[in-house]
Amino acid sequence: MADLDNLYRQIIMEHYKNPRNKGLSDDPGYVTAHIKNPSCGDDITVQSLLADGVVKDCRHDGHGCSICCASASVLTETVIGKTMDAARALAGNYLNMVSNKDHDPAVDLEEAAVFAGVRQFPARVKCASIAWQAFVRTIPEQK
Amino acid sequence: MEKNPWRDQFPQLTGKDDAFLDSAASSLKPLSVIAAVDHYYHDLSVNIHRGMYASSYEATRLYEEARAKVAAFIHAEEEEIVFLRGATAALNLVASSYGAAMLGPGDEIVVSELEHHSSFLPWQAVAAKTGARLVFVPLDPDYRITVENVRKVITTKTKVVALTYVSNVMGYVTPMRDVIALAHAVGAVVVADAAQAVQHLPIDVKSLDVDFLAFSGHKMLGPTGIGVLYGKAALLAAMEPVEFGGEMIDEVNKDRSSWKDAPFKFEAGTMPIASAIGLGAAVDLLDSIGLSAIEDHVVRIRRYAYTQLKKVEGIVIYNPTADTGVIAFNIEGVHPHDAATFFAEQHVSLRAGHHCAQLLIKALGIEACLRASFYLYNTYADCDRLVAVAKEAVRFFKGVGF
Repeated sequence: MADLDNLYRQIIMEHYKNPRNKGLSDDPGYVTAHIKNPSCGDDITVQSLLADGVVKDCRHDGHGCSICCASASVLTETVIGKTMDAARALAGNYLNMVSNKDHDPAVDLEEAAVFAGVRQFPARVKCASIAWQAFVRTIPEQK
Repeated sequence: MEKNPWRDQFPQLTGKDDAFLDSAASSLKPLSVIAAVDHYYHDLSVNIHRGMYASSYEATRLYEEARAKVAAFIHAEEEEIVFLRGATAALNLVASSYGAAMLGPGDEIVVSELEHHSSFLPWQAVAAKTGARLVFVPLDPDYRITVENVRKVITTKTKVVALTYVSNVMGYVTPMRDVIALAHAVGAVVVADAAQAVQHLPIDVKSLDVDFLAFSGHKMLGPTGIGVLYGKAALLAAMEPVEFGGEMIDEVNKDRSSWKDAPFKFEAGTMPIASAIGLGAAVDLLDSIGLSAIEDHVVRIRRYAYTQLKKVEGIVIYNPTADTGVIAFNIEGVHPHDAATFFAEQHVSLRAGHHCAQLLIKALGIEACLRASFYLYNTYADCDRLVAVAKEAVRFFKGVGF
């Protein structure tokens, strides 16, 4: 039960029930990426508005389980205002962290650190990852 | 507590305190099947149908003996039993060989929203290639296939009726005998997806008069990687293979080649020999226990679980009237993947998702659901665990704010 309580942390539930930056923009300036997990039906679209090397805005929409939806909401709050390089590094560390791979502890995952509980649930790593994977696709690769 | 007479034969259950409720995805494998597979690999391990030495002869004998056992199990002739990778491969073979050759513009293929993707997608693909049209049996308010509704969609244009025999999500048994009569009256063939039927219902293909019937070994106590297509001898004889290669040929020439008779022309390359032999052992066990004894048990267990589960506030059940051992349900307001994690933590193994039946999930108007499925080794204690954990889950998710 401790693992479960750790998974369904208050912050996660709060984002699940009151998602931030939800709903897509019609502005053609946004870069859009869509990822879906056909085996469970999680389906997330992420949009980023990039200018001057900075993530000016990030939005999401879609449906899925609480972990999937909450991670999309936390993603947007975490990356908005960051430089693309910082956001890319953060996303890479986050994705490695939730899948229990080597990651740089010096990178502050901020609110996204709350998803550490997912590591105890290998079947849910994908849920916590797809929004972030979609975000990575919206920003250009590092030169 | 009741003593389940069959549980000891499933080593996967030994020393575990888990309720395994996912047999509709794959059944557990008994010792006799494991021993048969092991015997092939340990003692023989050679190819069939070609070696002129003792171990090859023995492997061939066991492989063909398995075919004979499967044939007897469904009252078919041996030459009507094609070994394939599973029900999926079997249904694809019928669609891409028989379907592609026999269908054309204006022809109709009757399917339903209750189908597993394996019983729908091959026909959707063939329809697109041939110009034939897919026609859906309207499901009744419980999402069942009924004879009355099948009658409404079968016309002289119908050439193929491809339906599930038992729904993998709802556990409904299709009134196959009546469906077959309706189809035959207009000259259509019936392709029955029996992947969820053959482990529950005694099937006599001769008396049923079904044209094609497909099933998988691993859902009927057998190994993965082996499945069966039954086809009426005359239909198989007229069908072209879709895979060409080793062992399926009669004679190979530069300009044209010829094939062996069915079933061998459909078994190109080296087959999953051990799995076929293991399937023979699975059939032996099902025969010795008896499908009716198994199904009595499964229906009793399922009814017990259903009766308790439906009393749990916050649980919604989609198939109250299931005929076989399946309960499709959700915790209200909780995504099934969240719920499944909770069940898994409490050692209840369920499936969550669309169950390869997206058409049905869409018809139900939900994103996905949980499925508990029961088989011979399940006990009342498993049901009690399911219900107790369901109660805890409702409480837990409410507690964290769902």
